[in-house]
Amino acid sequence: MQTYRADLHIHTVLSPCGDLEMSPRNIVEQAKARNIDIIAITDHNSTLHGPVIRKLAEPLGITVIFGAEVTTREEAHCLCLFDTEAQRQKFQDYINLNLPNIPNDPKNFGYQVVVDENDEILEEIEPLLINALKVGISDIEQTVHMLGGLFIPAHIDRPRFSIISQLGFVPPDLKFDALEIFWKTNPSDILSQHSYLKNPTLIKNSDAHFIEQVGEIFTSYQMAEPTFNELTKALKGEDGRRVVGF
Amino acid sequence: MQVSDVVKALNLKVFSGKSGLNREVDGGYVSDLLSDVMGHSDTGNLWVTLQNHKNVMAIASLKELAAIILVKGIEPEADTLEQSNQEQIPILGTDMETFEVVGKIYQLINS
Repeated sequence: MQTYRADLHIHTVLSPCGDLEMSPRNIVEQAKARNIDIIAITDHNSTLHGPVIRKLAEPLGITVIFGAEVTTREEAHCLCLFDTEAQRQKFQDYINLNLPNIPNDPKNFGYQVVVDENDEILEEIEPLLINALKVGISDIEQTVHMLGGLFIPAHIDRPRFSIISQLGFVPPDLKFDALEIFWKTNPSDILSQHSYLKNPTLIKNSDAHFIEQVGEIFTSYQMAEPTFNELTKALKGEDGRRVVGF
Repeated sequence: MQVSDVVKALNLKVFSGKSGLNREVDGGYVSDLLSDVMGHSDTGNLWVTLQNHKNVMAIASLKELAAIILVKGIEPEADTLEQSNQEQIPILGTDMETFEVVGKIYQLINS
């Protein structure tokens, strides 16, 4: 077993709020420079930049997890993470089906572009990606788990777009794999304020929108190898795999 | 004024919690952020919202609200409805938008 560093919440230039410097190549290089072993690519309501980043990261020995930071109907941000290209495509279909067709206005929100490994623009995404999906948090959680993914409510203690700001508290029957807390937050504060949470797995990530933020905040995991399956076990605390800390 | 009086006056749909229709109404609160409702609503308020997640009922119960009004034709999720019956706090519905229904409730309560 070894300790691996993972930053599971990274935006790219595809997110309207993602800086133009957040290209696939720059993200991979920054993760490498920070000695991050696993990164998850989590644009707002889109998984489209996962494959190109995995392709670029593989030769450098960095594991790339596919994903998205979805906005639920209740406007709570949740990380949805996947291992395989087949899972990613199915989840992307689910997003496409449930994202309102309201066009982005780049002047107000920023550009939403898909690029290739050389930063060439392949496509501009029309619908505004920061909108809420038409489906609620329970439906999304069930879909993610049906596909074999991980469901992690994001920055739960932030005053905007978090499960606690939108729903008041973490629904007791919500099957989350971990809860992401804000990087400044002391975990014991969260646990004392929300004492109904029974020993949840807490993690921290960068939520990077700018290149210097990639890998700045990460969580360490004890695992046999840096894979999605091992990460799943670590979040559940199975077979000696565990979250070491942040 | 009771919840049933508001139902009649505004022709609201009663989804659930019928046994709570005799609850007394004391003002109202309008917000879709449940954290905000938890902090700022008062006992006996009518709560107008578009959120239909089950946590809505937990907060209505905690704050002892009179009833919940869902706007724009939104319906409660199945487990939200079930909890409304258990808690005896009605969930009501209207096709009106928030601005319109709140204006009418305000007039009704203050007339």
